[in-house]
Amino acid sequence: MTLELPIYMDNNATTQMDPRVLDAMLPYFTKVYGNAASRTHRYGWEAEAAVEDAREVLAQFLGAESGKEIVFTSGATESNNLALKGAAEYYKSKGNHIITTVIEHKAVLDSCKRLEKEGFEVTYLPVDPQGRVNPEDVRAAITDKTILVSVMLANNEVGTIQPIKEIGKITREKGVLFHVDAVQGVGKTPFNVQEMNVDLASVTAHKIYGPKGVGLLYVRRKRPRVRLAAQMDGGGHERGNRSGTLNVSSIVGFARAAEIMMAEGAEENIRLISLRERLHRSISERLEEVVLNGHPEHRLSGNLNLSFSFVEGEGLMMAIKDVAVSSGSACTSASLEPSYVLRSMGLDDELAHSSIRFGLGRFNTEEEVDFVADLMVDKVQRLRDMSPLFEMYKSGIDLKSIEWAGH
Amino acid sequence: MAYSDKVIDHYENPRNVGSLQETDESVGTGLVGAPACGDVMRLQIRVSDEGVIEEAKFKTFGCGSAIASSSLATEWIKGKKIEEAEALSNSQIAEELSLPPVKIHCSVLAEDAIKSAIEDFRKKKAAKAALDGEE
Repeated sequence: MTLELPIYMDNNATTQMDPRVLDAMLPYFTKVYGNAASRTHRYGWEAEAAVEDAREVLAQFLGAESGKEIVFTSGATESNNLALKGAAEYYKSKGNHIITTVIEHKAVLDSCKRLEKEGFEVTYLPVDPQGRVNPEDVRAAITDKTILVSVMLANNEVGTIQPIKEIGKITREKGVLFHVDAVQGVGKTPFNVQEMNVDLASVTAHKIYGPKGVGLLYVRRKRPRVRLAAQMDGGGHERGNRSGTLNVSSIVGFARAAEIMMAEGAEENIRLISLRERLHRSISERLEEVVLNGHPEHRLSGNLNLSFSFVEGEGLMMAIKDVAVSSGSACTSASLEPSYVLRSMGLDDELAHSSIRFGLGRFNTEEEVDFVADLMVDKVQRLRDMSPLFEMYKSGIDLKSIEWAGH
Repeated sequence: MAYSDKVIDHYENPRNVGSLQETDESVGTGLVGAPACGDVMRLQIRVSDEGVIEEAKFKTFGCGSAIASSSLATEWIKGKKIEEAEALSNSQIAEELSLPPVKIHCSVLAEDAIKSAIEDFRKKKAAKAALDGEE
């Protein structure tokens, strides 16, 4: 079998849409194209019925009690903005303190930054070297002014899964709202808003083989009832939480993607873990000084984040252009700062510069994994042969003993 | 980020990768940059009695632009007198490789590497001269 190049292994960034999702969506572009808010004709009713069916499926996907708890958005960035700013604005008379972690997605961190400018106080909890938050740190940070705790289900860069259930116990006991950015983890690791006492949860379709441009915010309606101040004004759609004409075809696709995940996810994750381990083993058996970033067990099924010491990440990516992956190297960003996630985990900057994230997904095969492993070994060796750091390491020089002239 | 054809060419077929004997008195070594910043260049020159750079070698830890900048630098300084090599500026390298603004620092590093190798060679030569004078 010949491989189609480049091989896509960046499924933490986005996923290919499952063809079954596309099939489910197609009628909603040209046949059932009504506005779900139109109450006066069949086009509208049919669109509305499709959206309501989707709501129920997605509620089931998250373990929610009812479809009424699902607020559709344009994606997880909007969901995170709505959860944080909406809750902060609504509950500001109760308190002005928010707790989150240093490794959240920018949509959470930058929403927090904005809230700080508006007078809120935000505690950014640290993580351990594997990227995990200690639930007791959450407990210790809660004050009588705390209104919201926001922790991600799984990290996008290193794939570390957070102890959501343990944190949910604490926030429920303390009577503080709990928001989970579930974008990376949902479908890939157990997640249930009831069992985990989650009050708000952000999800997006395109990470679970659905379309881009549609997401949801789960908003708990009972025990406790969560209220939000809308951040988008207009026609009062989504029970006043988010105005804007519903993206019916994408919502249908989102639900179809969730359905497939519910039916096949468990088996798929076993397969992805085995592919991930195969890739990791095949590389580290043949190359020395390869460091696993993130947690060995509490880890997303398809995520493998490795630092190839003495080789710079962007230079390496240039050598492996037949594979689509991403790097924590500074050179891939405009800011020239290496990944804040890896830094927050205490990783040395040089190792952050040497990191590559492989994101395996539904459509990756064993042949692809073997091809990528061989390619990595070959190219890392080539770049190490031209790396002064590798030569120094090989001749027994401690790189930390050298006084480098930073620039 | 799109790389220029010249960057890709130097990256894929780097000129003069390797090492020279650091203790050799005709060799000057420049080691610049820092691992924490994501690029380190080591550039070495072998200088003849007439002050001509007969050989130039590099090893670089860095992105494609950093590798290309150092490869090009060794290519340019080979066969030149050290005074000529010293006059080479980073903007010539950046221009030749069509480096985007965010990669200009790679060419700066290459210029620094050349200067640092020449300085090392001169220091060695001066030390040797002083030693010879004592004898």
